[in-house]
Amino acid sequence: MEMERNLKTPENSQKASVQVAQADNKIKVAINVNGKTYTREIEPRLLLVYFLREDLGLTGTHIGCDTTNCGACTVLLNGRNIKSCTIFAVQADGANITTIEGLASPDGKLHPIQEAFTECHALQCGYCTPGMIMSSLALLNRKPNPSEAEIRKALSGNLCRCTGYINIIKAVKLASERMNKQ
Amino acid sequence: LIPRKFQYTKAQSISETLTFLQSHPEAKVLAGGMSLIPIMKLRLASPSHLVDISGLRDLSYIKKDRDAILIGALTRHNEIRDSELIRAQLPILSDAADVIGDEQVRNMGTIGGSLAHADPAADYGGVVLAMNATIKVVGINSRTTIAAKDFFVDTFVPALNRGELITEIEFPILPNSSGAYLKLERREGDFAIVGVGAFIQVEGETRCKNAGIGLVSVGDTPIKAYNAENALIGQDLSDKIIEDASDSAAQRDAKPSADLKGSQKYKREMVRVFTERAIRAALSRIRKQ
Repeated sequence: MEMERNLKTPENSQKASVQVAQADNKIKVAINVNGKTYTREIEPRLLLVYFLREDLGLTGTHIGCDTTNCGACTVLLNGRNIKSCTIFAVQADGANITTIEGLASPDGKLHPIQEAFTECHALQCGYCTPGMIMSSLALLNRKPNPSEAEIRKALSGNLCRCTGYINIIKAVKLASERMNKQ
Repeated sequence: LIPRKFQYTKAQSISETLTFLQSHPEAKVLAGGMSLIPIMKLRLASPSHLVDISGLRDLSYIKKDRDAILIGALTRHNEIRDSELIRAQLPILSDAADVIGDEQVRNMGTIGGSLAHADPAADYGGVVLAMNATIKVVGINSRTTIAAKDFFVDTFVPALNRGELITEIEFPILPNSSGAYLKLERREGDFAIVGVGAFIQVEGETRCKNAGIGLVSVGDTPIKAYNAENALIGQDLSDKIIEDASDSAAQRDAKPSADLKGSQKYKREMVRVFTERAIRAALSRIRKQ
């Protein structure tokens, strides 16, 4: 509240308007999402998660806490899991992004991690699930045979408020076994 | 949560970045963004211009140079955690990199960005102070080397002048030495309630030739625990010496304040316990060498 009141002083409002006029530049980016390159002109302050959800309509990536805690917005950036609420889309210029929509085959067959989550009942409300699956994918790409401790640590940046962690861990183990057989 | 508007420049080289920072003193440097972006989203800071240096890949490296390990400022926490060289020669840094934030944060955050942010609760602070690391900094017409002990001026205030950039962190590697970093947190991924980095160099069987202790989250800056270090250096590392040094760290070096994570008394007690454990972990690593 204090900050908003301060903004209304004439000096500050003038400053602010100069800043806005200057800052209205848009940046051209080319971001590859799930194998397709999207070229867009975007504001620098646009967060990647909003770019995915609102510009591209890929709403499988969720916004949970919006403060870098919950991991619902997790996507892969060049194969590594990151929180898309804490990166500006301009930072992903030229990068490869994978979202939950990029996992199933074009014919609709689910990814082994998605199948394992279904079979193990690794979700209740499902809100955290896309982020959980993206972090699980990053883990299994890096470590095909993780121990339970490694799974727990790798998923510690993803919160499930239905408290379904036990089944999530079971699902990651099952997916790991199946992916190693493939 | 959406930050205020800002202009964005993607840096192509270090020299271009320095020139840009000189002509745009209001600009902030964006590395991994794991501190800056949350702060901007909460509008605690609203820089009018960001210079994104994450594309300067020549600032991302881990290498051995004679008696030191050199780490480029843009090296990410997970690259440090996964480095075999660091695990073998500087395991105290692997310890710290492994407990910063969570997997997603470690995939973005950089060592230089973390140090420049100078958060008293950041894990690397305890390591660079324990190891007597040096932080290499360039400005438009300057090139300086800052000892870790002189780097942390105040909360979120590093010893950097406007327009300067951290390029490299140098960790000396001494014979018959090792270190360990231990962190107490409420749950995985939190900031430390207490973090302790301990570095020990021995001479003969048990004589302590050199020691470094760095404390995290118990003061306005990360703290170099001089009293604890002096209680160790030159001494035979008996249980009593280790216990006395840990007690010094807790009672004389740590300056904790009470908050939701615990009272001053509790935090001092945890400094004592974790300093002792970190020293013993360092010694155990030396024995295994």
